[in-house]
Amino acid sequence: MTKESSPPAPPSPKASPVDVEHLAHLYRQMFLIRRVEEESARAYATGKIGGFLHLYIGQEAVGVGAIAALRPDDSVVTTYRDHGIALAKGMSARSLLAELWGKKTGCSQGLGGSMHLFDKEHNMLGGYGIVGGHIPLACGVAFAAKYQGQDRVTLCFFGEGAVSIGGFHEGLSLAALWKLPIVFICENNEYAMGTPLSRTLSVEDVSLKADAYGMARDRFVADDVLEVQARVGAAVERARKEQAPTLVEMRTYRFRGHSMSDPAKYRTQTELDEHKQRDPMTRARERLLTLEYKEGRISALERSVEEEVADAVKFADESPEPDTSVLAPTTYDGAFAY
Amino acid sequence: MSNVRQLRFREALREAMIEEMDRDERVFLLGEEVGHYQGAYKVSEGMLDRFGARRVVDTPIAEGGFAGIGIGAAMMGLRPIIEFMTWNFSAVAFDQILNNASKVRQMSGGQFNCPIVFRGPNGSAKQVGSQHSTSMEHFYATIPGLKVIAPAFPVDAKGLLKAAIRDDNPVILLESETLYSVKGDVPDNLEPIEFGRAQIVRPGSALTIIAYSRMTHVALEAADQLATEGIDVEVIDLRTLRPLDEETIVRSVQKTHRCVVVHEGWSYGGVGAEIADRVQRLAFDWLEAPILRVAQLDVGMPYNATLEQACIPQPGRVCDTVKRLVFRET
Ligand SMILES: Cc1ncc(C[n+]2csc(CCOP(=O)(O)OP(=O)(O)O)c2C)c(N)n1
Repeated sequence: MTKESSPPAPPSPKASPVDVEHLAHLYRQMFLIRRVEEESARAYATGKIGGFLHLYIGQEAVGVGAIAALRPDDSVVTTYRDHGIALAKGMSARSLLAELWGKKTGCSQGLGGSMHLFDKEHNMLGGYGIVGGHIPLACGVAFAAKYQGQDRVTLCFFGEGAVSIGGFHEGLSLAALWKLPIVFICENNEYAMGTPLSRTLSVEDVSLKADAYGMARDRFVADDVLEVQARVGAAVERARKEQAPTLVEMRTYRFRGHSMSDPAKYRTQTELDEHKQRDPMTRARERLLTLEYKEGRISALERSVEEEVADAVKFADESPEPDTSVLAPTTYDGAFAY
Repeated sequence: MSNVRQLRFREALREAMIEEMDRDERVFLLGEEVGHYQGAYKVSEGMLDRFGARRVVDTPIAEGGFAGIGIGAAMMGLRPIIEFMTWNFSAVAFDQILNNASKVRQMSGGQFNCPIVFRGPNGSAKQVGSQHSTSMEHFYATIPGLKVIAPAFPVDAKGLLKAAIRDDNPVILLESETLYSVKGDVPDNLEPIEFGRAQIVRPGSALTIIAYSRMTHVALEAADQLATEGIDVEVIDLRTLRPLDEETIVRSVQKTHRCVVVHEGWSYGGVGAEIADRVQRLAFDWLEAPILRVAQLDVGMPYNATLEQACIPQPGRVCDTVKRLVFRET
């Protein structure tokens, strides 16, 4: 990663003693996401899940760390790569897997599927399928908070592939102009489908786009979930206290292909292995051990995740499918407009 | 006599592009993942190697941007082929197609042409959800200045794409993810196929089914089922939506006296509505039943597999609709 820009570093998370229980909690979330994604991949292979399936494996520290910096009443908007974000925001594994299975008990009654996870109760405002299309929408969520005089913050996630499209620029421009309480999080995983960064952007440093809009920015490698939380936390505070947006670019890496149909031939095994070496989830686990959080406790925590996932799979398997009666009332509220 | 080969739909499209790029240096391909990745659906496989990065151009995700670049280049005499990874994403470029591509000729009083082809998969695939399953032809077919083509068979895909590339107007070519692997006979040295000529793909007498793109295959399947029940329907494959082959449609309805239109996408103001209007205007005295449409149910595409299949026109729904007209009590 080049060092084109070094935005002012926020207070180092190492300055304060690490709350081990909190780190264990974040590790559990990352492990849950990893295991849910692995089950999803398996279910895709056996045909329980159809359509597109974009896994979050490798990027867990971004979603978990960023969302840990939020209050429950803060909102999140993201792309089709939304499973990890939804879980981190509080959606249950049952609700998520049932949705992927297309079941009535899924978060969107089986109508949305993998790319469109919504959970109003947890202020998860959706995964969206058109690249960049959700960015102005997320600004609208932030606009509503400001309009209503509430100090709620919105997080908007997107990949570096979205930085080329109009929605990104219009969203950032308006957020800066109108001082909206939003944090834009670019999950820069180096590839937009098969296209590497070098063929996507003329300037590799995405965070620099913030300068032109007069917006604060930050940029770092998302290896350490606590650092993610601290640095996004600073941006969230800026949004909450000063009503000012921030663009945060995090370098991360997806361990799987773009979606299940992508064999990812555009990168080498060596490159992939290097990134797996620095797997942020494994790092968090190792950190726990160095902090005297004993192996036995970690295993217990992992076992509880396995149980949660097994229960969610069973729940999804046994749930009923929706029938056509859901179609009209989910199209219009009130009378159908023929 | 020329030889005939079996080609997949995607290979037929590829051959059309390669042949036209070989014969005309002004033709180039531009779109997401068309080069190094060999095409999201492998339509352009091998083309980067063959033509190089000058003529097979990978773009970032910027549909409005690269559609506009294509239009400007076309005004200067180049002949771009713009691939949308799917037509859903053309919504982001809709302004370019509606307000620039289709209008530049008229706004300039005929001084500038826009010889460009926009192509990619359209409509539903399989459980790809609400935002990836829209049938965009209904939006584009309404726009004067554009031509809109939607082949169902490899031979037509090749011949029509060749014609589209040579056309001096903006052309919208709608493909289908579910058709890319379909095989069909394609003669060697195929000439461009003229727009505006539908084809009777199954002759019959009881009723006319009008379809295009993937729905032609659904209509043919329905026709087979109906035949086992003694109902002999005619199936027309439109191939081109704009211009529309009124003559073939009207002649068929004059023979069968009944008509059903089958298409993906919603019925409200769609291609089927346009056909129904023309048939009732031009063949009113021959009609013995109302014209019915079999379209996507009037809702967004649900993810659940069973509901999705219920929304998309199926042979069963086509058969039921045909029977309602054939056994209609008067
Ligand atoms: C407007 C639009 N164009 C194209 C696509 C197809 N598409 C889906 S994801 C994707 C790559 C996006 O990459 P990036 O933004 O880096 O996010 P990542 O998938 O890496 O998380 C593409 C080209 C789309 N969904 N929307």
